[in-house]
Amino acid sequence: MARFSRSLRDISQYPSAIGGALIILFLLGVSLYTIITIPYAEAILLWRGGQDVWYQNPTTAQPTWVNAFRKEKLPETFIINSDDLQKNIREIEGGREINITMPFDYSFDSFPQELTLYFTAEFLEKQPYVSVTLQTPDDRTIRIADFAVDHTQTFIFSQDTRLTRRLNGLIPREGIFLNPESDSKTPIKGQYILNLKVLTFEPNANVQAEFVMYGQVAGWAGTDHQRRDLGVALLWGTPIALSFGLLAALGTTVTTMVIAAIGVWYAGWLDSLIQRVTEVNLVLPFLSILIMVGAFYSRSIWVILGVTILLGIFGGSIITYRSVFLQVKESPYIEAARAYGAGNMRIILVYLIPRIIPLLIPQLVTLIPTYVFLEASLAVLGLGDPVLPTWGKVITDAISNGALYQGHYYWILEPAFLLMLTGLAFAMLGFVLDRIFNPRLRGV
Amino acid sequence: MAELTLQPEAAVPEVQPGKKVTNPVSRVMRYVLVRILTLFATVIVGVYLTILIANMGGYVDEIQRAQIREEAQQQALNNPSFKSLSQEEKVKRIEATVALREKRVGLDQPFAIRSFRFLKNALTLNLGWTQNMTSDSGSKQVRNIMLERLPATLLLFATSNILLFFSSIYVALALSRRYGGWMDKMIVSLAPTGSAPGWFYGIFLIVLFAAVLRILPYGGMVSAPPPENSFDYFVSLLQHMVLPVVAITLSTIFLNIYNWRTFFLIYSSEDYVDMAKAKGLNDRVLERRYILRPTLPNIISTFALTLISLWQGAPILESVFNWPGLGGTIVQAIGLYETPVIVGTTVVFAYLLALTVFLLDFVYALVDPRVKVGSGS
Repeated sequence: MARFSRSLRDISQYPSAIGGALIILFLLGVSLYTIITIPYAEAILLWRGGQDVWYQNPTTAQPTWVNAFRKEKLPETFIINSDDLQKNIREIEGGREINITMPFDYSFDSFPQELTLYFTAEFLEKQPYVSVTLQTPDDRTIRIADFAVDHTQTFIFSQDTRLTRRLNGLIPREGIFLNPESDSKTPIKGQYILNLKVLTFEPNANVQAEFVMYGQVAGWAGTDHQRRDLGVALLWGTPIALSFGLLAALGTTVTTMVIAAIGVWYAGWLDSLIQRVTEVNLVLPFLSILIMVGAFYSRSIWVILGVTILLGIFGGSIITYRSVFLQVKESPYIEAARAYGAGNMRIILVYLIPRIIPLLIPQLVTLIPTYVFLEASLAVLGLGDPVLPTWGKVITDAISNGALYQGHYYWILEPAFLLMLTGLAFAMLGFVLDRIFNPRLRGV
Repeated sequence: MAELTLQPEAAVPEVQPGKKVTNPVSRVMRYVLVRILTLFATVIVGVYLTILIANMGGYVDEIQRAQIREEAQQQALNNPSFKSLSQEEKVKRIEATVALREKRVGLDQPFAIRSFRFLKNALTLNLGWTQNMTSDSGSKQVRNIMLERLPATLLLFATSNILLFFSSIYVALALSRRYGGWMDKMIVSLAPTGSAPGWFYGIFLIVLFAAVLRILPYGGMVSAPPPENSFDYFVSLLQHMVLPVVAITLSTIFLNIYNWRTFFLIYSSEDYVDMAKAKGLNDRVLERRYILRPTLPNIISTFALTLISLWQGAPILESVFNWPGLGGTIVQAIGLYETPVIVGTTVVFAYLLALTVFLLDFVYALVDPRVKVGSGS
């Protein structure tokens, strides 16, 4: 216990170790938060639920925080639902007149991706009729459209050719925000009011409307080509990356260490066998085999994890451990142990292996990022887990959808940043642990 | 420090009592021969395992069978002399063709026997023809595809590895003499960057230099169409090589320098170095003869592991950079279920890895006086 607290005190003297540990704690916190707030089933639904889940998001929109760094603010995405508003209902002969007023502030310097109205109507036979007008801050009133509403109806502003004609050929998502008298190319800022005048022809008919303004930014992480919120993938990628990295690193280092110790101690044919197997394993193209397993058997992350551990048992670190064990084996204290009559397994477990634990802990910590990146690498090759959203899969989607060519850098850089953060955190902590636990390096 | 003083092996020649000391040249030759044989055996085992995995419990055979059947049926449909035959006769003939072709490919034999024949073919890269892939020159022979892609991979990785080795040694040696300086501290704090693989830096480099600054190409090996004049070709090749080489180098160089610097520091605290310093030898000689020399074995064994991990990363790096090498080929082949190409690429990678290990072993034996070359231990 005293040794443990001394190690802890040693660690606290290195700022990089504290930084690394804090980042790891933060990532663990994010993982816990994610698993609790977005349960697995919900995450899967959010990630592969289909257009019904994502229709309120714009495509490839940048994250909202980019506005903090821009002089010209990009329009944000917002939704106005008529259920949240005061409806002005007037009973008229043979039906009702419903007035819905949707005010919104527009104080951005460029135009939205699209404006869309989604209607759901309750009626028996006769379709309600809607007139849409927009009141601009400079007190003009633009007639948007008049149409009959079906049970579900979508009105997309920019696809309405009559509206385009009324706006002198300007595409509506830009035209309605511009002043027709001036040549200015920037939208007029201020409060706009969208008025929906609904006429129903049945006494109990009702209409519910949802106005979505698809901005250029959405969510804290942005969206991808399928309108999915990248935040889900970034959040869920954290626990997956951490558990994959930790399990793979733990599985390979511990088995490798025990095998190296047994080989060195018993020497002879067993040691040669272990060395030969290690050599075969070194020559095996590890990634090619993982690729084959992914392509032919299963792309499940847990199968890949199992194969990774299996192929890693006789990994290259056996060579490192062996060289240390060979030195330790010749130490006087082992001779002393032999002299007092300690058995083989006792010497291996009590005298050999503890000597290597200082070497093992840093190695374990520095190995974690290797496996975190391995998962990402496989995803980049298109062999990511078919169900789970992971960082690697976000990067793959981004690369294969031309994010690099079209300038959607956030799409690649966000998951890449998280990967980098994870990698650096574990590596920084591991390096300091290496210095502290490795007595040979301590004097240097 | 007790441990350090216990290591005078470097100075003491290791002659084991009772062993005949033979001529060093013949010992080295024997060592080399034994190493070649063991490594070849290693490659054989590795390739056999690859074949077992590539066959995926008969899955690939099923694909091949289905393909043979479809081809036979297609041929029967297109053959005018088949039209006059009865339905049963047609089926019988198709079955006969299928059986004949399966026999030709060897599908009628049990897998255990077939796998050994396949092993022989794989080791000699005699892997027949592909179904869908072609080499750039239009050949469908697997060996031609392999041989066409190999030089690109070798060029890229040899360049980066040589660059990596020498620049790391140079910087590490220089740093070990300036222990604790700002350069040293910077390298130590940059060492954790080694945890990310080359392709990862590749993406950042592409974003920066290809997408934003537009000064280097996104990927590929030469610009399209390839320049005709050989000087322009060379310049274009160099331009395309910059980003992948930098990506590979970035991913390992700081870690390498950090590790090697530590080795150098350990060895420069040995008594004989102090002795040499006291003799008044200059820094150059001190570094080369008293520090670098005893450290080389350690350096080479860590470099071997670095090289192996770099080879393993080739498929991704090449596909990120669209480099027309073997690694990119394996990714392509997987998409097309081209088992012969997958196995072929894996075999070539196994050969490359074995060759790397052998070369480094050989160098290790040359530089480490403690390795009892050929003395049978």
